[in-house]
Amino acid sequence: MIKISRLAKHYGSIQAVAGLDLEIDRGEIFGLLGPNGAGKTTTFRMLTMLTKPSGGSASINGYEVTGDLLKVKKVIGVVPQHMNLDQELTAWENLELHGRLHKMPGERRRQRIDELLAYVELAGRAHDLANKFSGGMKRRLMIARALMHSPGVLFLDEPTAGLDPQARRNIWDLIRRMNSEGMTVLLTTHYIEEAEALCHRVGIMDHGRLIALGTPTELKKRVGEVVVEALNHGGNEYRFFADREQALRYAGSLADNVLIREANLEDVFVELTGRKVGD
Amino acid sequence: MVVLRRNFGKFFSSRLVGPLLYLVAFGWGLGRNIQVNGGNYLEFIVPGIIALGAMNTSFNAAGVNLNISRLYHKTLDEYLIAPISAAAFVSGKVLAGSVRGLIDALVILALAFLFGSRLAVNGWFFLVVLLTCFVFSSLGVVAAMLVNTHEDMANFSTFVILPMSFLCGTFFLPDSLPQVFGWIINVLPLTHASYLLRAIASGHGIIPLSLAVLAGYALILFAAGVAAVRTVRQ
Repeated sequence: MIKISRLAKHYGSIQAVAGLDLEIDRGEIFGLLGPNGAGKTTTFRMLTMLTKPSGGSASINGYEVTGDLLKVKKVIGVVPQHMNLDQELTAWENLELHGRLHKMPGERRRQRIDELLAYVELAGRAHDLANKFSGGMKRRLMIARALMHSPGVLFLDEPTAGLDPQARRNIWDLIRRMNSEGMTVLLTTHYIEEAEALCHRVGIMDHGRLIALGTPTELKKRVGEVVVEALNHGGNEYRFFADREQALRYAGSLADNVLIREANLEDVFVELTGRKVGD
Repeated sequence: MVVLRRNFGKFFSSRLVGPLLYLVAFGWGLGRNIQVNGGNYLEFIVPGIIALGAMNTSFNAAGVNLNISRLYHKTLDEYLIAPISAAAFVSGKVLAGSVRGLIDALVILALAFLFGSRLAVNGWFFLVVLLTCFVFSSLGVVAAMLVNTHEDMANFSTFVILPMSFLCGTFFLPDSLPQVFGWIINVLPLTHASYLLRAIASGHGIIPLSLAVLAGYALILFAAGVAAVRTVRQ
């Protein structure tokens, strides 16, 4: 569905993305993780044709993102990180505008708007201005907007940033529901639990490169499934083990307080990128 | 357009204030004792005020809005992702700006009528107003795409739009200025807009050269706007 090969972008001497190779299959939910400045958003912008790559190539559904712009635009739906609904238009009008931009015929457009507003549970608020909506509702409306022209791939950049836990789960359910209906989803996030709960596969980016790729379970296996956290003098120390027995033996040898637990994707992430997320 | 309909009341009344002040200050206040080319000063400045009103309104409507939507609301991305051409996008923005400029011109015309000015208004007059709006909406789009902060956008207005408002044959003829200024002013599009409007309003008919200059500006700025939208993807 999405094929990326040696994709690169540099701004002057800064390498934002340094030769990315990646394939995403049809029907997959793929998560791109990485600390701030790792190149996730730049990759995202190149795939959605908002930024021109400096090198390499990427194709979506067989269409090159540097070549068949109009064809690519028809098969992708994009939900940007920044809330970019037209604040002076109602929910309904925002969708109508998108439909018109995609040259959808009138009858079909209206039908699709009603369908989607119901789908994202905003049918009752169709004629309220977008700036009256809560964060979660705005995000759902943006997803509805991206779905207007029935794309085959949905790009979501930080889809739940700044949302409360309920709104967040709501968005997750929506993403899962769309995926079960055949949508390929590519999302970026730095909420590890989001990637773990949602994604079939994740890729971890750092300094513009892909440093790990696999299912969350595979990645956890890679660093060790059991973690021993030694709580000594303010700074925690982490050690990873393949099974509990080894972990227990190590924990027994420590004088400090210890915590033994299952590894999560955050451990993988920190272990691989060498710093806490968000630094 | 939908937005315009919703905010029409606010838009309409705010458009009233500027021209009203100009007319009171320059038409009644200063203009009582002034004769320009043997005519009444009010009749002299109304075409000038229409030209500068059309310029300001269409520049702000197209330019400032687009600049904010590009840098602050990021709504521009939505249009860039949509399968529409840069030319279609720029046309939309320019037309939306022009409609607002045209409304502004009509407001001023109505006010001037109340103040007692009698102008010969015909189809050419509106064509020139529309062309002026088109020129400055396009300039607005170009500026909005190239200028990267709201502050610089305001600076652009201060350094480009504001001087034109006062100097380009709107309130006085540039003949009285040193010749170098005269030359510079004669190159600027607003000068030709106010000359044309004044000539038509006083029944002298159109000035082909000025019309050609305005049309030339319109074409060049529109093309520049399209090019700017195309190159915004870096």
